[in-house]
Amino acid sequence: MTTVETEAPTLQKGAAMGQSVPRKEDGRLVQGQGVFFDDIKRHGMGFLHFVRSPYAHAKIESIDVSAAHELPGVYGTLTGDEVAILTDPFFQIAAPPGGHVKDYALAVGKVRYIGEPVVAVVAQTRELARDAAELVTVEYEPLEVVVDARKALQEGAPVLHEECGGNMSYTGVWEWGDVDAAFAEADHIVSIKELHFDRFNSTPLECDGALVEYNRGTGQWTMYTNNQFPGFAAIMMGPALRVGLDKLRIVTQDIGGGFGNKITTHPQLVVCCLLARKLKRPIQWTEWRTEFHQSMSHGNERWFEDTEVAVKADGTLLGFRTKAIDDAGAYLRYEPLGGVIWSQVAPGMYKWRHLRVEFTQAMTNKAPCSPNRGYSRMQQLWFTERVIDIVAHELGFDPVEIRKRNYVQPEDMPYETPNGCVYDSGDYPRALEMALELVGADRIEERRAEAASRGKLLGLGIGSTLDSGTNNFGQSQLVNPDLQFSGNNEVATVKLDIFGEVVVTLGTTPQGQGHETTAAQVVADTIGCDVDSVHVRAGHDSYWNSHAGFSGTYASQFAVTGLGAVKGAADMLAGQMKQLAAMVFQCAPDDIELAEGFARIKGNPEAALPFMALGAIVNANNAGFPDDPPTLNCRYVYRPPFQVPDKERKFGNLTLTYSMQIHACVVEVDPETGVTEVVDYAAVDDCGTRINPQIVEGQVMGATAHAIGAALWETFAYDEDGNLLTPNFYDYHVPHALDMPPLKTAAIESPSPFTPLGTKGMGEGGGGGIHCICAGIQDALRAAGGAIVTDSHNPYHRVWELIAHPERSRENVEVRSK
Amino acid sequence: MATTPTTSRTISVEINGTTYEREVPASRLLVHFLRDDLDLTGTHVGCDTGSCGACTVQLDGAAVKSCCMLAVQADGASLRTVEGLAGEDGELSALQQAFHTHHGLQCGYCTPGMLMSATALLERNPHPSEDEVKLALQGNICRCTGYWNIVEAVVAAGEGGAQ
Ligand code: FES
Ligand code: FES
Repeated sequence: MTTVETEAPTLQKGAAMGQSVPRKEDGRLVQGQGVFFDDIKRHGMGFLHFVRSPYAHAKIESIDVSAAHELPGVYGTLTGDEVAILTDPFFQIAAPPGGHVKDYALAVGKVRYIGEPVVAVVAQTRELARDAAELVTVEYEPLEVVVDARKALQEGAPVLHEECGGNMSYTGVWEWGDVDAAFAEADHIVSIKELHFDRFNSTPLECDGALVEYNRGTGQWTMYTNNQFPGFAAIMMGPALRVGLDKLRIVTQDIGGGFGNKITTHPQLVVCCLLARKLKRPIQWTEWRTEFHQSMSHGNERWFEDTEVAVKADGTLLGFRTKAIDDAGAYLRYEPLGGVIWSQVAPGMYKWRHLRVEFTQAMTNKAPCSPNRGYSRMQQLWFTERVIDIVAHELGFDPVEIRKRNYVQPEDMPYETPNGCVYDSGDYPRALEMALELVGADRIEERRAEAASRGKLLGLGIGSTLDSGTNNFGQSQLVNPDLQFSGNNEVATVKLDIFGEVVVTLGTTPQGQGHETTAAQVVADTIGCDVDSVHVRAGHDSYWNSHAGFSGTYASQFAVTGLGAVKGAADMLAGQMKQLAAMVFQCAPDDIELAEGFARIKGNPEAALPFMALGAIVNANNAGFPDDPPTLNCRYVYRPPFQVPDKERKFGNLTLTYSMQIHACVVEVDPETGVTEVVDYAAVDDCGTRINPQIVEGQVMGATAHAIGAALWETFAYDEDGNLLTPNFYDYHVPHALDMPPLKTAAIESPSPFTPLGTKGMGEGGGGGIHCICAGIQDALRAAGGAIVTDSHNPYHRVWELIAHPERSRENVEVRSK
Repeated sequence: MATTPTTSRTISVEINGTTYEREVPASRLLVHFLRDDLDLTGTHVGCDTGSCGACTVQLDGAAVKSCCMLAVQADGASLRTVEGLAGEDGELSALQQAFHTHHGLQCGYCTPGMLMSATALLERNPHPSEDEVKLALQGNICRCTGYWNIVEAVVAAGEGGAQ
């Protein structure tokens, strides 16, 4: 069931835009004709397998690869010692102390987590490479391990990177408003000793990998890969390999899911590059599932310590203070950006103006973190939502009313947050009403009683989140003032070819978001043709000249940056087509209209040139043209209107758009077992103008599934020795078809006033699911001792604990009233 | 200790109507035989524990995970892969069409396995209920769609009476 309510739209919806055009990508994908990196073969290619560390922390005493080399069919190996000679350590985003981390493509001297690549072996077949890797002997001297970020920061903890002088990679105080005054004014102060956001990631079904070729004549590498942020990968790889970026050609086509987890594959790509050059043959690397789980891109785990919330007697929230401890894992691949990204949504959806966060990031003997759908914002939003529900629980407010009272209101839009971010548009209270209606909240007490009669505890939960999209990379300067990044950009080209083909190239790396389709919709409406006539090249290729420094698909931005670039290029092309037709018809360009595949004189449909004629004139029949004809090959760089944030005040607009999600659920908890069943679920989304509603709904669904998984089943749990206890889909339970609750979706469209099409990025709005399930469980448990949910991850055994010992979680919370 | 493949064997399998005879190492998985040796790359690999179903093919009519079998075990069998679903003329099967219409795929990586599991279901139960579909697909993981549209697509294909 889908309900749509539209605010006054800024966009005149076209024949294609705003329609659920079935996807162009599907034809190849349903026939097994997609081209994923592992489908690409080259003559004489060698398969790469990594020898990985079995220790979470150890010195590498010696490495012996000779037995592997003796195995027939083995082409060669690469060790950390060679990497240390042939490359420079990766550029660090962090300022010192994190900036001192020396991160190489393979472990050098020491290993810091289980699964860290130590040696790479290349052989004729996959099987042989794996067997040969077993013949490599590495001697280790184990060191003491630390897997808990809180302990890692303590005096005397084992230190991962000696150069850093400790395990702290970044720390900073973020304070806005007048926090002390807010607490002085408060009628109640609610304190919460500790909250924990668990470690997991979105585990795309396709693991990482690449086929890498080296051209010895030109010194150029070509990487067919599934890296989802080629702009970032190139910036990391070029200096490490000591080459200019022209030497790195990154090509993607179909990518089997990404969700941010495929941003930081640059170390493995460097290994492939070195081996392609060393062994003079193409290198094929495909990660195995267990390797992915053990070593790639975990989401940031975060603790919130000693939180205090200032609340007025009427339920008005004035502010909060907390100490966040973020666990980055063993290396800083994209970190410490998580140390600023959270502040895009510092106050969540609420109007409190006085906030203080002491943010500290620690390194531990666990897999490195990097972006994961909802990157770093999800943790902060979960925190604000948990705070709201704990405050409501402790002070006796209705979770619905306290939200409505404190939400940023539609009349406040655009709303500037205490730290200078600008929420562009939206109506949060109305979305909440819609979500509650969809889950039948008005009958909740009746249903609670009915469930109780079956021995079940029933609860209603709400999760209100924002998906901040289109980064201002200037925010990186808030964690490291010396960085030279700001703004954002994306590129598209649109051209009219010789037979009238409309051809579009993008800098993005879609992983299922349907860019070929939505780009075609925008172009079709802009130049006056149908969607089928627009050919959008699949994927990214550094040789297309349609990319810039921030090209890629990440951080909820395609609908703004990608389609902004497409719209800009299509507008340019439309202008040129009119100019050319005007030359032919000897009239003014304004007299020309583009429609149905023709450039024609308005009001005189007889005078019409098909697109093919225009393409042919410019490309193949241009002699004797009086003026310079246009090129009909248009490149546009979309650049959002950003300023560099104020580093002193940590103030400024960090993202351009704010999509909104209100999730609501009804859960039933079995008090005997702690098992939670989600029995009703609704997701209301507002991402401004929707180019393709079906694709938008698909993203909402996918993100919701991730959130439900994270709330109930998915966790990267470690034991004290640094062993990952969930290294595959056997132990790491992602939702299956049978696990999914019934889902209702609805949408509001509040166009963004700041973007070319009124769109907002929206792929990462699923955090709402984690919050609403936590809230639903807490609500259900009110009738069984009133436990407080303090963790984002609530598997049955944790819920059972909450029921068995409600007082333990309650000790976490204290209220002081004046 | 390493196990070097010292033996290989010639096998003969019929796949999507074509018979292939190849010598394969004993340690080669069926999925890698399909992908690497025969270039039938529509069948995917998503895990190393038999948990995800991306590699699902039909073996003598039954949906099986081709990562859980050695190629030599398929000797003499008749296989169908995603490449064999559309008609000779490229016309999509009703199920493929339903995935397209109902937006039952995003990245498309799980799709071949989903289609093969669902095809096997529709062959033995042409009009499955929603719950029957979910049960039949419980060995197939999708990380993009949350399954809702996939289930809807399979039910719709069944309602059309196709297959
Ligand atoms: S690859 Fe066969 S079940 Fe995952
Ligand atoms: S569509 Fe991406 S895994 Fe299913």
